[in-house]
Amino acid sequence: MKNLVSYPLIKAHLLISILYIMIVVLAGLAYSLQFIDLFPFPHIEFLSPGRIRMVHTQGVAYAWIANIFFALIMYIVPKLTEKRIFSEKLGWFIFYIYNFLVLATVVMILGGYAQALEWGETPKLLDPFISVIVVLFVLNIVAGSIWPARSKPFYVSVWYILAALIWTPLVYVMGNFLPEYVFEGTGGATITSMYIHDLVGLFVTPVGIGMVYYLLPVLMRRPLYSHSLSLIGFWGLAFFYPMNSAHHFLWSPIPMWTQYASIVASVGVHVVVYTVVFNIFATLAADWKRVIDDISLRFIFVGALCYLVTCIQCAIHTTLSVQEIIHFTDWVVGHAHLVLFGTFSFWAFAFIYFILPKLTGVKIFSESLKEWHFWLSTLGIVIMDIGLMCAGLVQGHMWKSLVPFIDTVVASKPYWWVRTLSGVAILVGEICFLINIVMTCLSGWEKSRGKNEGSQESRAF
Amino acid sequence: MKGLKSLERFSTLFLVAGLICFLIAFGLLGVWPALMTDKLDNSAGEIKEVPRDFKIYYQSVDEYKKALFLGKQIYIKEACWHCHSQYIRPVGNESPRYGLVSTAGEYQNELNKPHLFGTRRVGPDLIREAGKRTNDWHFAHLYNPKSTEPMSVMPSYTWYFDKSTNPPKPTPEGVALVAYLQSLGAWAADVKRTQFDTNQITMPPEPDF
Ligand code: HEC
Ligand code: HEM
Repeated sequence: MKNLVSYPLIKAHLLISILYIMIVVLAGLAYSLQFIDLFPFPHIEFLSPGRIRMVHTQGVAYAWIANIFFALIMYIVPKLTEKRIFSEKLGWFIFYIYNFLVLATVVMILGGYAQALEWGETPKLLDPFISVIVVLFVLNIVAGSIWPARSKPFYVSVWYILAALIWTPLVYVMGNFLPEYVFEGTGGATITSMYIHDLVGLFVTPVGIGMVYYLLPVLMRRPLYSHSLSLIGFWGLAFFYPMNSAHHFLWSPIPMWTQYASIVASVGVHVVVYTVVFNIFATLAADWKRVIDDISLRFIFVGALCYLVTCIQCAIHTTLSVQEIIHFTDWVVGHAHLVLFGTFSFWAFAFIYFILPKLTGVKIFSESLKEWHFWLSTLGIVIMDIGLMCAGLVQGHMWKSLVPFIDTVVASKPYWWVRTLSGVAILVGEICFLINIVMTCLSGWEKSRGKNEGSQESRAF
Repeated sequence: MKGLKSLERFSTLFLVAGLICFLIAFGLLGVWPALMTDKLDNSAGEIKEVPRDFKIYYQSVDEYKKALFLGKQIYIKEACWHCHSQYIRPVGNESPRYGLVSTAGEYQNELNKPHLFGTRRVGPDLIREAGKRTNDWHFAHLYNPKSTEPMSVMPSYTWYFDKSTNPPKPTPEGVALVAYLQSLGAWAADVKRTQFDTNQITMPPEPDF
């Protein structure tokens, strides 16, 4: 069917998300310089390190990941259900307003209007607007592309994305309003922990996995390894993931039974995740040569490896005895980068390299820039994560040994240098990526302009 | 297998996966424990008078309370809570390092809405900060952390000081921030001190190499 997918709209979300990942990485790098006493703007109030950190993490979630996920949802779902999104005009409205809100968030956080909720630092004033936009986006997809196709069973990607579309607005409203206006203190923390976890678990994870389940058969030109494994993976995620919440505040004043339940559910999730990872690897294993040749498949492969590592980490560090050491340390920061950069950003890169030729009508500009992007990102995240994991163990054990606090800061500095240097590698990789994408778009633009001029000339004759 | 097919349909996905699974978890592990702790008593933490060290800045309890909220606002906007947690766990020798283990009840007041538990400790925990340092120490530290701790990685917050005087004087925001810091765990400050003297804190045995 023609015009099933609105390419310009997808392209807009995609390009702006690439701009954002540059900003996110720059912000992360700037903040990491604070830890090695090289922070570039020490006496500027608007660029104080804490505010830059909030721009970094909010940028990851709401600017980079959200935009690229909006793009891929609007591509994958119509392709699979063969129904257009409800309204392209509404899509453009969402694009403009949402990105205006993202911009306003950055400005307001730097201006000192942040909200005190992890992952929810979006100023209180903007929360209602973001909620409305998210609901509109959900309606645009569900009413247009999913509801009219309900007579048939769906493909696994649609299960994940449909579920994520229902969860996301619920999670957003829960996490941004209840701890702020309803529950104080420990009760608020209980809800916050649920929010921290659900944003990753019920928005990022299902959309990411849904996307991989779409790309795998398309790029491998063969069906998924196992349908029943995907069923187990999906329902396991739906059941266990929302219950993981309190594992972000273990040993805290939150009632202990809640913490125990969340630990059990966390171990449940990690079993479920193996089914997903196994399914991905087994599908890839059918044809390794293709995996090596195709950059998208390679990104999926490394992303799945990182996912496996994060999940093994999760099962280990969710236990109370390991929490005692690693909680509050850089271990957790390493874990967060591994899953959000190593896994979901890598999968998003796979999608971008897959979709860009379709959007522009030309091949990706440079093969070698692609390789640089891939290898620098991979190297960067692996080194960063190993460094941060070591740092976490050192910090945790030193705190427990009751040495003066400052000694533990001094002991961490070498690891913080490693983080910054690996961050530079990631930054260079992302610059290669940006150049490659921009050049591809330019040549696509020239080609289409050439075509238009050509057709005008032929009309003149 | 026919029954399994219904697992792939809109209504099941929407209702069971989307709504029911989420709501079960939300109710059971979100709202229920939140309601349990919401009712706890926090009379110990009530603010009845302006602490001695702040009498020169604040005349009445109301003024002082207002300052605490302003201080908290600054603590939030500078994201201090991304580098400092505000709860003490019963493990990891945290009690000997920081003081009394946190209990749910002590957070049940307006000042903890939203809570500031935090999930990262670049610097030390601050929930037992009250009385640990003098106000002047805090002002010097906020103006330039390296002045009290040469290896510190904490940012300096010079914009909460009036630099036209020498030495720079804290602005009302700066004072409010320190008032907030000095109120963290103020109710436990006395308990903490006596416990430190009398309680037999078991230190880990020195390893003999
Ligand atoms: C980049 C992370 C970072 C940020 C942001 C940060 N701090 Fe710190 N803070 C530290 C570190 C590291 C130390 C330990 C070294 C020292 O004493 O300076 C510390 C120590 C402290 C101490 C001393 C605790 C004690 O009794 O030993 C206080 C009080 C403090 N910070 C308050 C604040 C306040 C208030 C803010 C926000 C305006 C803030 N910090 C922001 C990292 C940070
Ligand atoms: C140049 C590369 C990067 C550097 C140097 C960097 C640095 C940092 C630093 C210093 C922190 C704060 C850690 C702390 O509080 O101790 C942080 C947090 C975080 N970063 Fe990055 N970052 C980089 C890239 C990224 C990317 C690309 C992503 C994801 C797409 C990402 C996701 C996150 C997340 C999720 C957190 C929050 C961690 C937590 O609170 O536990 N970062 N980053």
